[in-house]
Amino acid sequence: MNETMEQLRQEFQYDKTNQCVQCGYCLPVCPTYMSMGKETHSPRGRINLVKMVGEGRITDLSVLEEPLSLCLGCRACETACPTGVEYGSILESARAALVKRKTFSFPTRLVRKMMFKKVFPSKSLMNFTGHSFWLYEKTGVQKLMRKSKLLHKLPHHLGEFEAIMPKAASPKQRAHSYSYVKAKGERKYTVAFFTGCIMDAMFHKINDLSIRLLAEAGCDVYVVDKQTCCGALHAHSGEMNDAKELAKRNIIAFEEIEADYIVNNAGGCGAMLYEYAHLLKEEPKWKERASVFSAKSKDISQILISCGGVPDLKIRENERVTYQRSCHMTNVQKVTAEPVQLLKGIPGIQFVEMKEANMCCGSAGIYNMVNYDESMKILDEKMKHMKETKATVIITTNPGCLLQMKLGIERENLSSSVKALHLIEYLADAAGMK
Amino acid sequence: MLTSNQIMEINHIVQIGRVLLDEHDRYSYSFDASFGTYLPDAVVQTKHVEELAELVKFANQEGIPIYPRGQSTSLSGGPLPVQGGIVIDLSVMNDILDIDEEDLVAVVSPGVLTSAIHKAAEEKGLMYPPDPSSSHVSTIGGNMAENSGGPRGLKYGVTKDYVIGLEVITPEGEIIQTGGRTVKNVTGYDLTKLIVGSEGTLGIITKAILRLIPKPPATATLMAIFSNLVDAGRAISNILSSGILPSKMELMDQASIIAVENYQPMGLPKDAEAIILLELDGHPLALQDEIIQAERLCYVVGASQVKIPKNDMEKEEIWRARKLVSPAIVRIKPTKISEDATVPRSKIPEMCERLQEIKRRYQVHLVLFGHAGDGNLHPNIICDKSDAEEMERVEKAVAEIFTAAVELGGTLSGEHGIGNMKAPFMEMELGTVGLDMMKRIKKAWDPNNIMNPGKIFPEPGQKLELK
Repeated sequence: MNETMEQLRQEFQYDKTNQCVQCGYCLPVCPTYMSMGKETHSPRGRINLVKMVGEGRITDLSVLEEPLSLCLGCRACETACPTGVEYGSILESARAALVKRKTFSFPTRLVRKMMFKKVFPSKSLMNFTGHSFWLYEKTGVQKLMRKSKLLHKLPHHLGEFEAIMPKAASPKQRAHSYSYVKAKGERKYTVAFFTGCIMDAMFHKINDLSIRLLAEAGCDVYVVDKQTCCGALHAHSGEMNDAKELAKRNIIAFEEIEADYIVNNAGGCGAMLYEYAHLLKEEPKWKERASVFSAKSKDISQILISCGGVPDLKIRENERVTYQRSCHMTNVQKVTAEPVQLLKGIPGIQFVEMKEANMCCGSAGIYNMVNYDESMKILDEKMKHMKETKATVIITTNPGCLLQMKLGIERENLSSSVKALHLIEYLADAAGMK
Repeated sequence: MLTSNQIMEINHIVQIGRVLLDEHDRYSYSFDASFGTYLPDAVVQTKHVEELAELVKFANQEGIPIYPRGQSTSLSGGPLPVQGGIVIDLSVMNDILDIDEEDLVAVVSPGVLTSAIHKAAEEKGLMYPPDPSSSHVSTIGGNMAENSGGPRGLKYGVTKDYVIGLEVITPEGEIIQTGGRTVKNVTGYDLTKLIVGSEGTLGIITKAILRLIPKPPATATLMAIFSNLVDAGRAISNILSSGILPSKMELMDQASIIAVENYQPMGLPKDAEAIILLELDGHPLALQDEIIQAERLCYVVGASQVKIPKNDMEKEEIWRARKLVSPAIVRIKPTKISEDATVPRSKIPEMCERLQEIKRRYQVHLVLFGHAGDGNLHPNIICDKSDAEEMERVEKAVAEIFTAAVELGGTLSGEHGIGNMKAPFMEMELGTVGLDMMKRIKKAWDPNNIMNPGKIFPEPGQKLELK
C-alpha cells in the first residue's frame, strides 16, 4: 500500500487523539471495559491504538479491528471526558479507514452491500420486511419454526431474536399511514415526523401512536413521504459515504415542510439526525442546510414536554416503572430529564431508577447480533440492576434498547411479571389510546 | 524480549488469570497519564495472590522486569514498562472491600477504586480521608504505590497516614504481612510506611488494612477573591495561624480563572489575581462560628469579595469552578504538564513569585492552582508536544520549577510520585548519600532489580525528556 503517514493521520483523525490526556476518567463508565476487563476495550485504550497508528508505531492495521469493532459506540465516555475528546468522531473515522482497506469475504460483502445500500434506505424494501414479519406470524411458519427447534440452528443467534420480535403490523395497517394529522385544540407547533427505517418496519404501531400523541398534545404533524433511513447504522459501520448520502436525502425531504421541529422517537436515529451538521460540516453546499436540520431535530419527549405534557392521563395502579436510557439520547442529544418527567407525570406509577442507569444495555444498533456473546454479558449486568428495582415495566426510548430489554426479560424468565415498552406505547396506553 | 520458553512457563503458571500477548493488548498497557509509550512483552491479569507470587518468583529467577499497575492514572510514569517485561494489571484484584466498624478499619484488595472505599465507609458513618481528584477511577493499590494526596491533605494527611497493614509479594516471590489492624504498632521497622510510596519498586501490594475515622457531621465552604496573589497567600497563613484548620484550602491564579471563564462562564472575576476556596468540616455549631471568622480574616488581608454559599447547590457551584480548571486549561493547548512541587506553607508567596519569573523567562503558558493549604501547588504548563522548540523551553521551565521548590525547602513531589520523570532530580533533593541509602534499601529488597525498574532512581546521565 502506497500511502503516506500524513494520509493515514488525516483519515484516522490523529490530531483529535491528542486531546486525550489519558486520565482514565472514561474507564468506569465504559461498558466494554467493565465487561471485558481490558484496557484494550476501553475508550482510552482505543484512542491510544489510533494514536499509535498516527505515530507509525502500529503498521499492521488489522491490530485495530477487534478493539474497534467491539466498541458499542454508546459514547458514555464523551460525557465523562473532562477534556472533551471527540471519541465518536475518532471511532467513526477509524472504522471508515479500516473498512476502506479491508477486503471482506464475499458473503459478508454481499450482505453489507445489500443491507446498507438497498434495504435500510428503501421504504418499499423495509415495508417488505415488515410484511414478511407479518406473513411469518400469520401463515403459521412461526409456529412451525418454534416447534421444530430449527430456530436454534440459525446463525447469529437469530433464534433468540426471533422470540422477541414485536407483533408485526398487517399490510392493511401498514398501508394506512398518516401523512398529516391536525392538532387537537389550539395548535402549539407544526412538526414533521421522522419515521425511521427499522422503527417503521418493526414498530409501525409506535410510530402511529407517536403521531397521534403529538397531535393530542397540540401539534400539527406532517409525515414526509420522501424521507429515508437516518444513516446511523451505516456511519457506525464505517460506511460514511452512504451515511452522508442518506443525510442529504433527508435534508431535501424535510425542507419541503416548514416545520418548527423534526420529531423522532428513536434515540439512535435522533442522535444521527442531531449530528448531520457535524457529518456534513466539510461540504460547503450542505453545511448550512444540515445545521438547520440538526437544530430542528428533537426527541418526541422534548416536544411533548414543551407542549405541556400528554393531556388526560389515567391512573395506573401497582406499577413499578424503571427507565432504560438510550445511550445516544443521553450522551449525544443530552436528553435525560424529559422522558422521566413524562413518566412521573402519569398518576399512580412508582418510578424507580436502576443502578448505573446510564450504562448501555448492549444493544447498540446491530452489535447484539454481530457480537452476541459480548452483548449478552452487558445485558446480563443490566438485568441484574433491573431486577433489583423490582420493576414491572421497563421503559425505553429506542427500538434497539426495546428489543434488547425484551431479550433480557426472556433470558431471565421474567416474561410473566415484567414487560418492556417504548415510552410512547406506555404514554398512549395511559392516555387511553388504542 | 521474552523467549518462547519463558512465555510457555508464564502461561503455565497463570491458570486462574490470563496472559495477554497480542500487540493491541500490549499497546494498551504501554502508557499512563504522563509521557512516553513503552511496549511490555506481556500483560498478566490474575485475581489469585499465590499464582501471582509464583509468577514473580519465576520472573526473579529469569531477570524479567515486573511492573505493577492499577488503572494507570499516574502522572509521573509509575506503571510504565520502561524496560519491557511483564505488566501486572492489579485492577482485576478488586474482590475485597470490608469495613470493620469496631476496629475502624477497611480491608481492601488493591484493585478496589478509592471512591468505592469512600462510599462504603460513608455508608457506615465513617471516612477514609485521602481523596485524590482521580478517586473515582484510580485504584487504592495505585494510590498506595504513589502515596497519593488530594485536597484534604491539609487536615488529614496523605495515603500513607491511613495504611496500617499490608500483604505484599516481595520481589523474590514471597508473601509477607506488615503492620496489622492496630493504629499503634511499634514492632520493628515500619515496613508498611516504607512500602507505601515506594512506587512499586519494593513489591506488589495484594491487600491492605486502612484506618478509618468518624465522618465529620457537617461541612462549610467559602470563596474569597483577591486582586493580589500575595494577599491571597497571606490569607492562607493568617487563617491557619488563627486556630482554624480547614479540610481543604484551594488556590486558583488569574490564568486559571480566565481559562475557566472562557471555557464555561460562571461569573468569576477575570481581573482578580487569585481565588481561594475553603472547606471546613466538623460540628455544625463550630462551623458557623469558624466560617465567619475565616471570612473576616480574608477581608482583613484585603479580599475584594467573600462568598459563603447558603445551600448545597450553591456550594457545589463554587467547587465546580475549581474542578473545571483542568478541563479548561487543556482547551488552550493539548499537552498538559502537571507538576506537584510542594513548598512549606510560609514559602507559598515566594514560590508564586518564582513561578511567575519562570513563566516570563521561558515564555511558557504556566497556570497555577492547587492545594495551597499544604503548600502542594500544581504549576501546570500548557503546551503542544508536537512543537519541539516549545517543548525544549518547557523542559527547562519544569527543571527550574523543581529547583525552586527544593531551594525553598520543599520537595519534588507532594502527591504524584517520582516515577521516571522526576528521577533525574532526586539527588538535588536528597543529596548523594541520602539517595544512596535509598538505593541500598532497594538493593536489599530486590537484588535482581526486577521490580518496576527505571523508577525513582536515575540512570546515569538521565535527563528530563518531554519530547
